[in-house]
Amino acid sequence: MESVVGLLQLIINGAATGCIYGLIALGFVLIYKATEMVNFAQGEIMMLGGFAAYTFVGIFGMNYWVGSGLAVLATAAFGYLLDAVVLRRVIGQPQFAVVMLTLGLAFIFRAGAGIAWGYDSVAFVTPFTNSIVRFGDTLVLGADNLSIIFGTLVLCGVLYLFFSRTRLGIAMQASSQNQLAAYYMGIPVRRVFSLIWAISAGVAAVAAILLVPVQMVDVNSGIVGFKAFAAAVLGGFGSIPGALVGGVVVGVVEQLAGFYLPTGFQEVTSNIVLLAVLILRPQGLFGQVIRKRV
Amino acid sequence: MIAPFKVSYRQDLLLAKTPAAKASYAVLLVALAVIPLVMGEFYVGELGGLFIFAIAGVGLMLLTGYTGLVSLGHAAFLGIGAYAHAIMLAQGLPFLISLPMAGVITAAFGVAIGVPTLRMSGLYLAISTLAFGSIIGTVLQKWDALTGGFDGFAVRTPTILGWKIQGAMGTYYTSLIVLVLVIWLALNILRAPLGRAMVAIRDSEISAQSMGINLAVTKSIAFGVSAGITGLAGGLYAHYVRHLAPDSFDILLSIQLVTIVFIGGLGSMHGAIFGAVFMRLLPQAIAMVRDDLPFGLGRTPGLEPSLFGLILVLVIMFEPGGINGRWMKLKHWCKSFPLHRRAASRRQKSYAKSERLR
Repeated sequence: MESVVGLLQLIINGAATGCIYGLIALGFVLIYKATEMVNFAQGEIMMLGGFAAYTFVGIFGMNYWVGSGLAVLATAAFGYLLDAVVLRRVIGQPQFAVVMLTLGLAFIFRAGAGIAWGYDSVAFVTPFTNSIVRFGDTLVLGADNLSIIFGTLVLCGVLYLFFSRTRLGIAMQASSQNQLAAYYMGIPVRRVFSLIWAISAGVAAVAAILLVPVQMVDVNSGIVGFKAFAAAVLGGFGSIPGALVGGVVVGVVEQLAGFYLPTGFQEVTSNIVLLAVLILRPQGLFGQVIRKRV
Repeated sequence: MIAPFKVSYRQDLLLAKTPAAKASYAVLLVALAVIPLVMGEFYVGELGGLFIFAIAGVGLMLLTGYTGLVSLGHAAFLGIGAYAHAIMLAQGLPFLISLPMAGVITAAFGVAIGVPTLRMSGLYLAISTLAFGSIIGTVLQKWDALTGGFDGFAVRTPTILGWKIQGAMGTYYTSLIVLVLVIWLALNILRAPLGRAMVAIRDSEISAQSMGINLAVTKSIAFGVSAGITGLAGGLYAHYVRHLAPDSFDILLSIQLVTIVFIGGLGSMHGAIFGAVFMRLLPQAIAMVRDDLPFGLGRTPGLEPSLFGLILVLVIMFEPGGINGRWMKLKHWCKSFPLHRRAASRRQKSYAKSERLR
């Protein structure tokens, strides 16, 4: 009985970490679907979101909910500007130019955050810090992990409604599917792309805020972005539900590997999953294979 | 861009395109050969390091600049080459066998990672090489029995025909000789059918395939050659640092290697060298002005990577040809002075090419 409960706890902790991976992967996928760019700085944008929340809640002493909302808005505005000022200029250049560009941006963000907020880890008190939830007699879970899972579910519901019910969401879907046709229909495609960048930055900020009770924010927390690649690839780099499922799978596998396998394996699990998926099933779990007519 | 006027097909195969170029390479080679006799130990050591990075740059240029495959895991090949060479030296193999063997072993690793990733397009390849690089980095750190773990691995001083290769001078001359050989090898590959096939794949996979080029074979050879050359650089790097630390072959180093290729200018051998020069000069330049910068900016720990990031961003946005492209434009401007026309160096408009369908 004890081991079953232990296993369940491991899985739920893994799922919580996986939700973070999934949310970052969601940011990759949104941008990739729309503009065919891959944002290697997504993890760093998440880090900036975390620092923004720390600024509003930890330094200015705002209410947790108000401060978090402002942090998400600020990060989203940052994402919008990033696309409008930098990324829009490189449309049409080879894909790896964009990869290198976003990697360069990641370094700049890291140094910028270091100059602005220093190189120490910071955190602030959230309603979920250090509280636990009991289920029955034996199963004890941290409220922090549950809040991550719950927050991810809510966010996904909101995003789903946004993309399927609102005019703007449908315009975004249209521009991702066919830029030219979207132009003809009178959709301001460039602004829509910038808004997609804004949404993906906002999602990253939400992930950062959800992560605060579990892990402190510091300049290097953008490293998570590399693990989120595994999630995105596992889900088949163009699928939104796939990114989330992939994130949870990677998180759980990583947690189990850390428990059952010798040390050192936990760090490389996500990379091994990534390579295995790319070799065995490059289209991922939910991807589709499209061939080009010459 | 600006090419010399061609009057025969033979001209396309020449290693040095004009007599002036031939003369300037000869002068450069002689100058490099006598530099250690007149310059201080510090500069000789730094130049040796520059040559090593230039070798790695040439290796990556073959892959990224000429075959169009981007690799974010080349630090792993540098690490494999360094450890393979150091371990074989420790086993008592002579330098002249151990260094080429290190290159061959690394090339085998390159083919091994190249083959499964062949089906992937640019983006997936970048991600999977990134994953490969980080797996190798972790293995080097955790496999204590082989690499000595965090205690590091002392590299034995080798001898060639009784002459000890030690100090800055030894590294300088061995690296210079290997660099010249590697450039010669790369240029010969590029004017052979293999190199032409690589360039064709870079420009369009589908048309290369329809011309009868075997994509899988060519890409794996490109991967192997590139990894092998980087492995040679790794072997020399082992002598350069003298004490291998497992955590020095990380993602940051991989990205620095790709930065060499990008800043230097994709698709030119000159670019690889320019990039390496830039890469090794920038930290020195920062060290020189560090104390004079305002607002305590010089003491910021992340100054160096962020400057690299900023320059990378600016190069990609405003000068995709890199240093080499700028140099060619400057040369053209001088040649046609005062009749230079702005249109000659204007960038062509480009449009988004979908990689989703392939």
